[in-house]
Amino acid sequence: MGTVDLLEILAPGILASLQDTGRQGYGRIGVAPSGAADSYACRIGNLLVGNLENAAALEITLMGFQARFRCEAVFAITGADLQPTLNGRPLPLWTVLRAAPGDRLELPAAACGCRAYLAVGGGFHAPAVMGSRSTNIGAGFGGHEGRALQAGDVLRGCGPASYLSLSGRSLPDTLWPVHTSDWVLRVLPGPQSDQFPAASRTQFYEALYTVSGASNRTGVRLEGPAIAKEAGAPASILSEGILCGAIQVPGDGKPIILMNETVTGGYRKIAVVIAADLPLLGQVAPGDTVRFRETDLAQARQLLSGVEAAVDWARRHFSDWQQTL
Amino acid sequence: MPAEIRHLGDRGLLVELGDGIDPAVNRRVQRLQQMIVRETLWGVVETIPAYCSLLVVYDPLRAAPQALARQIRGLCDFEDAAASEIQRPVIEIPVVYGGEAGPDLEAVAAYHKLTGEEIIHLHSGTVYRVYMIGFTPGFPYMGELPQALDTPRRETPRTHIPKGSVAIAQRQTGIYPVVSPGGWQIIGHTPLELFDPQQDHPSLLGMGDEVRFVPVTAEEASQWAR
Repeated sequence: MGTVDLLEILAPGILASLQDTGRQGYGRIGVAPSGAADSYACRIGNLLVGNLENAAALEITLMGFQARFRCEAVFAITGADLQPTLNGRPLPLWTVLRAAPGDRLELPAAACGCRAYLAVGGGFHAPAVMGSRSTNIGAGFGGHEGRALQAGDVLRGCGPASYLSLSGRSLPDTLWPVHTSDWVLRVLPGPQSDQFPAASRTQFYEALYTVSGASNRTGVRLEGPAIAKEAGAPASILSEGILCGAIQVPGDGKPIILMNETVTGGYRKIAVVIAADLPLLGQVAPGDTVRFRETDLAQARQLLSGVEAAVDWARRHFSDWQQTL
Repeated sequence: MPAEIRHLGDRGLLVELGDGIDPAVNRRVQRLQQMIVRETLWGVVETIPAYCSLLVVYDPLRAAPQALARQIRGLCDFEDAAASEIQRPVIEIPVVYGGEAGPDLEAVAAYHKLTGEEIIHLHSGTVYRVYMIGFTPGFPYMGELPQALDTPRRETPRTHIPKGSVAIAQRQTGIYPVVSPGGWQIIGHTPLELFDPQQDHPSLLGMGDEVRFVPVTAEEASQWAR
């Protein structure tokens, strides 16, 4: 199937980049997974428009995104509600919609959440680098020319004409994630949680943190009570492998929730966000509040099964059409 | 020291095999990683080695962490009994020291009350072990620097360090493979490409490699190719 000019970027907003489910298996050479910060929204969006769930989607941050379709296509917008419109008319989320050449898509401002995903039938064309189409912005590879999108970029699509019949289908609202601006993230104790005084741990779980404007795809930075380490303990530890969701406490005591752009870290981890809540972590926006609630491995597994069951439902209901092509 | 295994959330097991920057401990990390790769443990997604620990990343819906930890403990006992290592030859890295290529060389020399020439002689006179790759793609953490080169990080980190910069901090030396921020003291520059995502083996260096720096002139460097 040939590629065609699909979407012209008029304004990228704060940050727009191509992301998929991420780059696995290269941590040993310092390559972070990258990938959609809200993997649930990215996977569901792709399944809705008839793609495989690991296709690349456009991750759009907070506000100010404008683009023009260059050809007929179906698309879905999932994740944060950035109040999307097509030619000025409001669009529903989690729904397959149809666009004609010249149609203008805008995602002006976040009503709730941080990142929206634009998935198109057939997917965005981008070469896989080290097994993924995700943009590694820091190192400058993957995605569209290894960088965030700029005004004037034209993204190519992979045979969008074959997908037009999928217009109209949507995700049942029982499977929509619940977004808020006052988040409760569930965590497990971190590998160095026993190196913090008991009072610091108590403080961490009782605190109400505010998300700093300095947050980005690398990490969510929190303002609020500083977490004290044991008196006399050095500020940092020897670097070790880390994962998305790990909550580091640097020298100033203000926790940073690491995301998908780092593989090693040299600060103590007081707690780690469970896998089931990582898609929510991707929706935490500057100015929001965050609290942490401790859970255990058994419950973490049960919650993740719930998330994967929803994806599995979408997989079964939205991929059957391919057999009838 | 017996392995200590800690949970990193519900997707990772952090296996600690010792303390500090120690070649013997780092070799244990390397051997454990090789064994886990060879055994293809069920549910393991990838492994990330560091100075004295190995992070084993697993799929929580396919692997039970307690069972996985038991398997890893078994491998640790086994690797202590049978230690052997295949060593690649020493990799030579050409470096232009000082001047624009190494803007901190003079300050490092002044800090140690040595000449720039003596710093270069010390830095290039030692074979270093690559303890781990981290921070950015392909960034090698190497050590140990001679005691006489033990230098603190810069007070104020730089926001833009050129690709190829050779730097030192405390008893470690490293090379910045991509443009990035950083706080290490930059003493030189290498023309070698340390990271190329289009290659089958994107990183020039891997954990356990041995490296020696070779002083070259700017003219020699310009003729160098990977």
